[in-house]
Amino acid sequence: MKILVCMKQTFDTEAKIAFDGDGKIDGKGVTMIMNPYDEYAVEEALKIKESGAGEVTVISAGGAKAQDALRQALAMGADKAVLLETGELEMDEYATAVVLAKAISELEYDIILGGFRAIDDGSAQVMGRVAEILNVPIVNVITKLEIADGKAVATREIEGGSEVVEVSLPAVFTAQKGLNEPRYPSMKGIMKAKKKPMDKKSVSDLGVDVAPKVKALSFSLPEQRQAGKVVPGEPAEAARELARMLREEAKVI
Amino acid sequence: MAKGIWIFAEQREGQVKKVAFELLSEGRKIADQLGEELAAVLVGKDVAGLVDALGEYGADKVYLVEADALENYTTDGYTKVVADLVKQYEPSALLLGCTVTGRDLAAGLAQRLETGLMTDCINMELTDGQLVFTRPVYAGKAFVKASCPEARPAMATIRPNTFAAVAGAKTPEVVKVTPDTGDIRQVIKDIVRQISTRPELTEADIIVSGGRGMKGPENFKTLEELSDVLGAAVGASRAAVDAGWVSHSFQVGQTGKTVSPVLYIACGISGAIQHLAGMSSAKCIVAINKDEEANIFKLADYGIVGDLFEVVPVLTEELKKVMA
Ligand SMILES: Cc1cc2nc3c(=O)[nH]c(=O)nc-3n(C[C@H](O)[C@H](O)[C@H](O)COP(=O)(O)OP(=O)(O)OC[C@H]3O[C@@H](n4cnc5c(N)ncnc54)[C@H](O)[C@@H]3O)c2cc1C
Ligand SMILES: Nc1ncnc2c1ncn2[C@@H]1O[C@H](COP(=O)(O)O)[C@@H](O)[C@H]1O
Repeated sequence: MKILVCMKQTFDTEAKIAFDGDGKIDGKGVTMIMNPYDEYAVEEALKIKESGAGEVTVISAGGAKAQDALRQALAMGADKAVLLETGELEMDEYATAVVLAKAISELEYDIILGGFRAIDDGSAQVMGRVAEILNVPIVNVITKLEIADGKAVATREIEGGSEVVEVSLPAVFTAQKGLNEPRYPSMKGIMKAKKKPMDKKSVSDLGVDVAPKVKALSFSLPEQRQAGKVVPGEPAEAARELARMLREEAKVI
Repeated sequence: MAKGIWIFAEQREGQVKKVAFELLSEGRKIADQLGEELAAVLVGKDVAGLVDALGEYGADKVYLVEADALENYTTDGYTKVVADLVKQYEPSALLLGCTVTGRDLAAGLAQRLETGLMTDCINMELTDGQLVFTRPVYAGKAFVKASCPEARPAMATIRPNTFAAVAGAKTPEVVKVTPDTGDIRQVIKDIVRQISTRPELTEADIIVSGGRGMKGPENFKTLEELSDVLGAAVGASRAAVDAGWVSHSFQVGQTGKTVSPVLYIACGISGAIQHLAGMSSAKCIVAINKDEEANIFKLADYGIVGDLFEVVPVLTEELKKVMA
């Protein structure tokens, strides 16, 4: 079973956002992590591999630093990594998907996993686009995956419930929280990861058109919310007063 | 030249999602400014009965796409029929609600149409004839304004509750489409619905959320009682989810759901940056926490410093009276 995992390096969730001289989001000094949803994807790939024979390749498009996230996946137990270096290119989700799909099309695969959303500027669309370009079926936001006889049965989250979907392989799946509990890399895993293959390619060498479709015009920060009032009094008294304020002052109920 | 503002009128089990009405209402304004037509795309099985409601919220035209194979949403089936329709009529914009389905459909559709897609948008405006969308990034820690200058249709998914749904009477022209649903590779084996009378978290006007301060799963009943009085949805912090008290579908925050209700009541939640990312665009935030130093008070409009087990039951009783 050949399993590919698309993974993105993102800002740590604690990161505060600031702008650089061009009014764009400044990544300087920000701690980078593997997109949390992609951790579930990597874990699921490893579980599938461990339940039979298989090989897990992790792929990321990004700057040279994205290697760290790939190494983390190798340390967790993935076998190979592919880094698609974007350099100075401005990419949107269309461009990212085109690049990923091109790199994937040069590999063998039965299962492609990704996160359902990147927590940075992600928009829960890259994997859907990849599936479309590769012309393989996709099941999004999954919380359970079972593989047998060239088929996959996935449970996906829908509003107010869940849905069980069957597809033939190869197929793309995107991971939601609840799919599994990602493992931490062991010391041994970290040592091993250093010797595992990391294939680096420049995006410009892939021979695909990466002109973005979406143009970012400007960035801004949300208005700082001000602390409001603390409703005075003993708990019961304050609760009574709050009920009144919500109706008469805030007019939200 | 591409013309027409299209709204994907999401329905499930014969009910149009509220967000579709919100998009029609706002789309109406944009269409009028551009002098273009506003159309709804309604896909499903036996859904013709929903056409009038779409007209009521402003649609000039409804593309009615019915087939047995379209009874349940599938990525392949819906992508195929909507993409075919778009290719035939070439609208200038296609808007969808940012729901599980809207998100799923929009991604593949945008790729098949080789166009740009801006997701989870919280505003849309016309600037020099271009639709400019505002979308939160880094889970609401920043915003980006973006457009799709050349490719058509410009596509966006819009977060529920962003626009008001305003009814105005229209009788839409109905275009019946006999679709080719193609080869649908996703086979739906089962649909499991939690029976709940409460609204969907991402669509709710009011949310009552509990955190580690709830102490245990049994105490979420207290929040349910409060939410029932308010017609609210129940949410949770990651601490409550990770403790196994409620399912992860309740989680609000950077790695959970992003919500923009009118009223958000946080009970026993400290206000970690990852939680705030998911709810700080709520219009009014109430915090109930026994620690007066809790970070959540820094952005709450109303705070009560106290034991939630004393405060919430009284609040529930009081609201019953106020709402009566
Ligand atoms: C990668 C990553 C992603 C994350 N994503 C999310 C996310 O999406 N959503 C999220 O919520 N968190 C997320 N977190 C976790 C986040 O950092 C916090 O740990 C979490 O939000 C804390 O939840 P809490 O406020 O319920 O618990 P705590 O921080 O423990 O706060 C509990 C609060 O309850 C109060 N309290 C206790 N007893 C009572 C009582 N009887 N009455 C009143 N108040 C009481 C306490 O004073 C305290 O303020 C993420 C973390 C990481 C690292
Ligand atoms: N630059 C990238 N490199 C590799 N995978 C990516 C990249 N961007 C997005 N993905 C994958 O697509 C998923 C969804 O991302 P997004 O559509 O940006 O929210 C992520 O969780 C990753 O699995």
